Amino acid sequence: MSQLDIKKGTSKHSAYDLRDPHSTTIERHTLAVVVDNEAGVLARVIGLFSGRGYNIESLTVAEIDHTGHRSRITVVTTGTAAVIEQIKAQLGRIVPVHEVHDLTTEGPSVERELALFKVTGTGDARVEALRLADIFRANVVDSTLQSFTFEVTGTSEKIDAFAELMWPLGLTEIARTGVVALSRSERAS
Amino acid sequence: MTQEQMTGAKMVVEALKDQGVEVVFGYPGGAVLPIYDEIFQQNHIRHVLVRHEQGAVHAAEGYARSTGKPGVCLVTSGPGATNAVTGLTDALMDSIPIVVLTGQVPTFMIGNDAFQEADTVGITRPCTKHNWLVRETDKLSETIHQAFHVAVTGRPGPVLVDIPKDVQFADGGYTRPEDVKSHYAPQTKGDMAVIEALVDVIETAERPVIYSGGGVINSGDKASSLLRQLVDMTGFPITSTLMGLGAYPANGKSWLGMLGMHGLYEANLAMHDCDLMINVGARFDDRITGRVQDFSPRSIKAHIDIDPSSINKVIRVELPIIGDVAVVLEDLLTVWKARGAKTNAPAVRDWWAQIEEWRKVDCLKYTQKGKVIKPQHALVRLEELTKDHPKRYICTEVGQHQMWAAQYLNFNEPNRWMTSGGLGTMGYGFPSSIGVQMAHPDGLVINVAGEASWLMNMQEMGTAVQFNLPVKQFILNNERLGMVRQWQELLHGERYSQSWSEALPDFVKLAEAFGAKGIRIESPDDLDEGIKEMLAHDGPVIVDCLVEKHENCFPMIPSGEPHNSMILGENVDTSTAIKEGGGVLV
Repeated sequence: MSQLDIKKGTSKHSAYDLRDPHSTTIERHTLAVVVDNEAGVLARVIGLFSGRGYNIESLTVAEIDHTGHRSRITVVTTGTAAVIEQIKAQLGRIVPVHEVHDLTTEGPSVERELALFKVTGTGDARVEALRLADIFRANVVDSTLQSFTFEVTGTSEKIDAFAELMWPLGLTEIARTGVVALSRSERAS
Repeated sequence: MTQEQMTGAKMVVEALKDQGVEVVFGYPGGAVLPIYDEIFQQNHIRHVLVRHEQGAVHAAEGYARSTGKPGVCLVTSGPGATNAVTGLTDALMDSIPIVVLTGQVPTFMIGNDAFQEADTVGITRPCTKHNWLVRETDKLSETIHQAFHVAVTGRPGPVLVDIPKDVQFADGGYTRPEDVKSHYAPQTKGDMAVIEALVDVIETAERPVIYSGGGVINSGDKASSLLRQLVDMTGFPITSTLMGLGAYPANGKSWLGMLGMHGLYEANLAMHDCDLMINVGARFDDRITGRVQDFSPRSIKAHIDIDPSSINKVIRVELPIIGDVAVVLEDLLTVWKARGAKTNAPAVRDWWAQIEEWRKVDCLKYTQKGKVIKPQHALVRLEELTKDHPKRYICTEVGQHQMWAAQYLNFNEPNRWMTSGGLGTMGYGFPSSIGVQMAHPDGLVINVAGEASWLMNMQEMGTAVQFNLPVKQFILNNERLGMVRQWQELLHGERYSQSWSEALPDFVKLAEAFGAKGIRIESPDDLDEGIKEMLAHDGPVIVDCLVEKHENCFPMIPSGEPHNSMILGENVDTSTAIKEGGGVLV
């Protein structure tokens, strides 16, 4: 390194600077992106990820303010610390993007995902599925004589765990929304 | 607020007038006929009919690059729009503000695979800074004003507005530019704490170098003037990227010459060995850095850039300053003056002594002997015979000639050098020179070209002749794709696959066929006379300057190598220049 000194505190990247910038550790981050709800905006965001070779683990989008024409995109992505910083900077320069928040580093946040599970079976397996669903606080939202459709909400890990238990009991189909998240601060993130 | 009602087509012309547009480069077609009808009925905006839409976009780039104002294009739907894609990508890579208006099939036919329909906003989304499809005439004028705002604000870039034909025919309310609000306002003022910290290290640095780029030119004349002040006040050496040439004058006493893959030895070694690097409006492009792991290993790096995504993208920097170059440099100089700051003058003097040692290598040395013109010599003579022209503008195509032009021509002012840096678009230079000449009718506009690049947009001879634009096409004809040939020599065992230009036209006859002047220069003795004849002719000229066919462009940092592993010019063994691993890089 150089002999020159830089005053402490002159660089503003708080959490990022504490980590090794050359780290090859892959991190998982949840980003909230507030955008103008205009034609093509989702394509711009997705195109950025595919065009620059970034990962998308999940992505959800819906309008959150009808009069203000705003939508919120929650995207879960993975990459090294440097890549995550680059993703945020690249998102920030898209013209209809208003805000980019990294909910993983900007203080505590809550994440939820909703999933629907179709479990087909009869007899003991059917009863066992219902008991496990109760433990996971999954609701039965539809049923036939041979199947249940469960609705389960929670972290992605909880949904993964529920799926693992349901596979031997006749799980035939899953639909997941992907993660939505909010910061736990009292203000808007 | 009452709005004037008018057709969408009329709105386009009104909006361009309100934006101060003087020239539009375009090509008509079915989906833009209503707009062309309005253009026919007015005299405020000149329309330059190009011969291919790619030419329109490059011409607009040349116009923009040489004036600092956005360039404007008007093309039709489908093929008109797809032909514009290369120019859009070029402008995106080099941050050139241009506004491209495209016609589109009527809204009720979109998605039906109509005649000359293409998903223009879809196709151009990744190659524009932003784009819009306008579905209502009421929103058209507002969108065009927004488009101009986005094109020139922050890091400039190309924008596109796609206008369906029924929107052009329908009536709507016209919104004036002053009534348009935009949330798009990137940060221009840098963080003062970091600027203070930069002044700290400027005071103590022993081996500093300033590395400036196209961002200084984009920021405007004030940025160039502040950069010159910074260099004068510190006495620090300065180098520049290809895109930044002219921001600091080549005749300035602190000028090191261009850096990078074909940059000067002293500039690259200064970058490698410095202890403080101040990047002003450049982006650590791979043509600059060489092997990233070995890039300037012992320096503190400061980076001034208006685009936050440029910071830490390629090279991690200790002092990131997000902001407009002019605003940041002004703050920096204010802090500097307020402190009465001084540099570490004895150390900087030693550093300059080291640089002078490197300079003695004379890395641009070449020997002109015999009957064949060395391309370097042609450019040295061109420089000598044109350097005193007060309004000289140089465009280039892409390849060896481009690098030689950057090495041997000197630029003392910004906006005088138009070249395709990021995308490396062969065929850029000729149409670009047309755009420059439209903007500067009394300027001396020379396109330094290779014969292969030049042929890629040679149809624009028609445009040059029609508008009597006295653009000088100075073709260094080596009957080769010179840079491709050079790489094949260095990297592919001298197997020259497809890299020669066979069945070339007779360029003199070609010029004459278009009604222009053609000049052939075959020997070093004819060089000055040929150049003078070119300069004396008031009209478009093609100069076919036959040069050495196997000349390589040096110095060169081979791909995958650091700055201190340059290959220098004459008599070097190039057979092992590029090592295993470097070959996958371009």
